Amino acid sequence: MGLQAYLPVLMLMGFVLLNAAIIIGLSQWAMRRRPTQVKSEAYESGIPVVGDARERFSVKFYLVAMLFIVFDIETVFLIPWGTAFRRLSCTGPIIDGVCSGATSFFGLGEMLVFMAILVVGLTYVWRKGALQWD
Amino acid sequence: MGPLLMTPISDNSTAFLIASAIKVLVFFGVYLVTVAMLTLAERKVSAWIQDRHGPNRTGPGGLLQPAADGLKNFMKEELSPGAGNTILFSLAPAIAFSTAMISWAVIPFAAPVPTPWGVMSLAIADLPVGFIFTLAIASLGVFGITLAGWSSNNKYSLLGGLRSSAQMISYEIAMGMSVIPVLLLAGNVTLGTIINQQVTGGWNILNLTFAFLTFLISAFAETNRLPFDLPEAESELVAGYHTEYSSMKFSMFFIAEYANMLTASGLMATLFLGGWDIPFTAWDNGEPSVLKTVLTLVSFALKTGFFLFLYMWIRWTLPRFRYDQLMSLGWRFLLPVSLGYIVLIATTLLVLQLLGIQAGVLQTGILFVLNVIVLVLMFVVFDRGRLLSPTTSKMSAAEMLRLRSLDRAGSALVPSARPESGMGD
Repeated sequence: MGLQAYLPVLMLMGFVLLNAAIIIGLSQWAMRRRPTQVKSEAYESGIPVVGDARERFSVKFYLVAMLFIVFDIETVFLIPWGTAFRRLSCTGPIIDGVCSGATSFFGLGEMLVFMAILVVGLTYVWRKGALQWD
Repeated sequence: MGPLLMTPISDNSTAFLIASAIKVLVFFGVYLVTVAMLTLAERKVSAWIQDRHGPNRTGPGGLLQPAADGLKNFMKEELSPGAGNTILFSLAPAIAFSTAMISWAVIPFAAPVPTPWGVMSLAIADLPVGFIFTLAIASLGVFGITLAGWSSNNKYSLLGGLRSSAQMISYEIAMGMSVIPVLLLAGNVTLGTIINQQVTGGWNILNLTFAFLTFLISAFAETNRLPFDLPEAESELVAGYHTEYSSMKFSMFFIAEYANMLTASGLMATLFLGGWDIPFTAWDNGEPSVLKTVLTLVSFALKTGFFLFLYMWIRWTLPRFRYDQLMSLGWRFLLPVSLGYIVLIATTLLVLQLLGIQAGVLQTGILFVLNVIVLVLMFVVFDRGRLLSPTTSKMSAAEMLRLRSLDRAGSALVPSARPESGMGD
């Protein structure tokens, strides 16, 4: 198969993007614009707009984003481990889902070390109050 | 039409190209119509739950309502906020729409169908990266929502966009973690392998009930549906990130929301309910045939439909979470508990392997019993006062226990017992 398998995805992407462009373009063409001053203002529950939305917001959102990067990378590391777990914990070949060799604790041990580091990080973040949202 | 070939169609590159093109076109049409029907179904289900009629004027039983809505939105005047960033403002719905439409691509919706040119797998693309593709594309959807919130130059939109991005990335972790036990069992990321593993080794909803529940919760949060629809909490943020959107651009966000729901339902059906597998029969796992494809398609549609109904059912049943509850549910409950669950399942699989139990009914039974024990421990023993307390209350566990014991004694929490309370009404 190789890279040929990705061809339908590329076709779908192209087709979907084309459609998105067509939908936006068609609606631009079909509608009639009658702009007024009031219509072009930002909606603020019907009262005159105070200031604008380019303001500072809570630093908590940045914290979440940083934590996300750390823990999402952990997830990404766990995926190949999970895929290879059966093979890591069997010394012989796996035939029809049944291990033909002896059991190896290598895969589990490796992951426990990784998890321990992860849990230390999580505990630190928790204790620091970064997961407390108020 | 020649005789039906039993070799994969990808061996014949011209036929593969044509088959792929047809699949893409048919899929796109069917998917859009399904999404349109879902918007109608949502209104019909809500009407049914609230004991009223719902849309019933446009076409028989209101069937043409989505078409009428679409046409109306094409004609509507579009307003764009004066000081907003126009390019990003137009780009945002396009991103949300495209990612929602593409993320389905790897989900197989029926057993492979034999054609005169070879056996055609019924997923748009049989990628070796499997459902990682869906996770990756679905997480790109965050950009559409965040950009929409920011480029609108509206305070409600900005808050909705920020909330949404924080929520989606938080639950993406829980979602990724809850899929890893599935990988432990299947040993591969392609959805075809995961379905085959469930055909032989029992559905993952039995093997991994707890991971299923975690995935279900994360899927609700990822698609911004109630009880986690904080990005568009009407009572606080008007309509959240799409407050400033009107006309077709609003429609595209709407389509994206329902398309995401559809993908999440399809993914849940595939990962945990055996995909297109028909239960209680081994007939559907043999040689490909057209009848088999049709019946497995029905089976898959029923499973996906169940989850879609669940989405609507829960939307019209449960109230919305508070934002701090939402974040602590994701970070302080689902994340550590999923980590523990991965270790538990990996250890159990090794112990079972040592005992010589690998795959089959016995393994499923043992894993299911284990899951039931975990669930009982979670919800009965470590009850809401302790383990889930971050999601329900800011009170300490000790304070909660004290209040409960008072309550049980029947002497506390009577209004007259605490006259210092300022809430006179």
